Amino acid sequence: MKRETGFDAARRAYLVEHGYDRSVWPSLVTLVCVLSLLPSYTSAQAPISAPQDVRVFDSPSDGGGSLTVQWAPAPWDGPDVRYQVLVGDAAATDPVALTIIAEFPSNTRYLKDTKTAWWTRKVDKTWHQAFIKSAKGLEVKDGTSYAVAVATVQSDRRAFSQVLVASPSPDWFNWNQLNNLIIAVSFGGLVFYSISHARRNEIFLRRIPGLDAVDEAIGRATELGKPILYLTGAHDLHDPSTIAAAVILGKVAKRAALYETELIVPHREPITMAVCQEITKQAYLEAGKPDLFKEDANFFITADQFSYTAAVDGIMLRKRPAANFFMGAYFAESLLLTETGASTGAIQIAGTDSDHQLPFFVTTCDYTLIGEELYAASAYLSKEPVQIGTLRGQDIGKAVVLSAIGIGIVLATVGVVTGAQWPQIFLDLVRDLK
Amino acid sequence: MIFLRRQLPLLITLITGLLFAAQYYVPHPASEQMLTSATKWLQIIGGFALILGVTSLFHQHALKIKRQEAGWGYSLVLYAGMLGTIAVGLWANGKESVDGAMTAFGWIYNYMMVPLQGTMFAILAFFIASAAYRSFRAKSREAAVLLVAAMIVMMGRVPLGEYLIPVSGDVSSWILNVLNSSVRRAILIGVSLGAVALSFKIIFGVERSYLGGGKE
Repeated sequence: MKRETGFDAARRAYLVEHGYDRSVWPSLVTLVCVLSLLPSYTSAQAPISAPQDVRVFDSPSDGGGSLTVQWAPAPWDGPDVRYQVLVGDAAATDPVALTIIAEFPSNTRYLKDTKTAWWTRKVDKTWHQAFIKSAKGLEVKDGTSYAVAVATVQSDRRAFSQVLVASPSPDWFNWNQLNNLIIAVSFGGLVFYSISHARRNEIFLRRIPGLDAVDEAIGRATELGKPILYLTGAHDLHDPSTIAAAVILGKVAKRAALYETELIVPHREPITMAVCQEITKQAYLEAGKPDLFKEDANFFITADQFSYTAAVDGIMLRKRPAANFFMGAYFAESLLLTETGASTGAIQIAGTDSDHQLPFFVTTCDYTLIGEELYAASAYLSKEPVQIGTLRGQDIGKAVVLSAIGIGIVLATVGVVTGAQWPQIFLDLVRDLK
Repeated sequence: MIFLRRQLPLLITLITGLLFAAQYYVPHPASEQMLTSATKWLQIIGGFALILGVTSLFHQHALKIKRQEAGWGYSLVLYAGMLGTIAVGLWANGKESVDGAMTAFGWIYNYMMVPLQGTMFAILAFFIASAAYRSFRAKSREAAVLLVAAMIVMMGRVPLGEYLIPVSGDVSSWILNVLNSSVRRAILIGVSLGAVALSFKIIFGVERSYLGGGKE
């Protein structure tokens, strides 16, 4: 026997509460009387009626070109009974004249199946919902009115709802993402509070071995009289990891300038190259060694993944840099680069948020900055209160996420075990956060 | 000058940063149009920036040839390859084939570029083997754990391994779906918070070293 799910229970409760499914006995007596009067071939079919409480309106929180139809669940909802959604010109009053744009079993297309948050729902999630959008033979235009009806279908019988008129229009805010906005703004506020707190108080910063090794690597290159190779990754400046790599480049370039060690920065993207040239130039100025700055320390090779890899591998083998830095985002080239670097005996420090490449970096590099450590590097190397404050904000953010995960696990478990609906209200708050 | 070098870029960053952060929450077609326009702008700027990159590349290798630095012959090969490809590309009007017949440009791409890229990618297999050999030597407790986990996963991912040790498939899936996934997600949470915090710092001008360092 099939076990009743939480949704089934909620649907049944809704039907009883709203009078769609009353006590069984009066219905049963009526049914027996009706059946005795009907020919035997109709006795297998339950009586159907038109969909109840049909609502048609512009789809909320969208870019336009869509209407939403909602109607109440019915006691006969099941695989044998079907629903039809019909659309036509606004002037149409006869539902038979409308075009069928969707037909589906009556136990499908519930509000719960759509990705809407509870704060945007105006009806119970046990209601049916269908969208009317442009498709083959139908163009749904903003500002144009359309006549819409829903029909219940069983065999050759159809029962139509009344014809309703609505027109689609675009919206200026997606209310389904309100939770996302609130959390983003709260996190931003937290970061700025942490920055102001860090200006007034000293904050402990845990050691990151990979960043402690930066000085060691540059010092080693200086002792050996060999250059330092610095890569900023595969992405352009759209990616925060490339920006983080460029920021760390500034710190590394400053040390390299102080130690008067050659710096080589080959690039895959010209705009990143131009930005890194400025960063390097400023680093040499700050180090008081502007005369040592070389314009061609940063140079472009190619945007092609493996051509770039071959070129950098060639540089490693010919110039034998004593320290290799791999910061930013990487793909399949990561192992080709680091394994070649390891074969030259260079000290290698990697930092990436490309989680799928981390195993390669960990196995081939001396130190690896894992994920967020790449973003923390700037604060760690500069020791500026503003930067360190940001780290504190991130840590508090992580604690909040961790707590939310813990509470979410408990609530989801309670929801499943007891069949209660209330945990979903809390779970929706952290759903679809991107 | 200080306004043009520092304040103006920071102002542009603030306005565009807030605008495009807000764009994520606005489903209106005007918002989509703005994003599309900005993406096109970036593509155009990227096209012009490529001139900058190619100039840098030519300059770099011209200096090597001029100074006859170690490996300057490779720079000559680069010049010949690049100028040759540009010439045949212009000759073929940028098309790889005309009426089903391959052009010289198409030949260079299909019979030189693609095999070279394939060769580089194929080397990865050998590099994985050498890196795995170095890392999986059980010199420490952590390396031993890594070795055991890697052996189980390797056995579970190949049909022969699963045939020899039937349980390896399930254990391998558990390692990947439970241990590996949870650690990956933890890293991703940290990365996401780090990226958001960095974005806030850049938008509000707290982090400005990408402009060329300095504090005014």
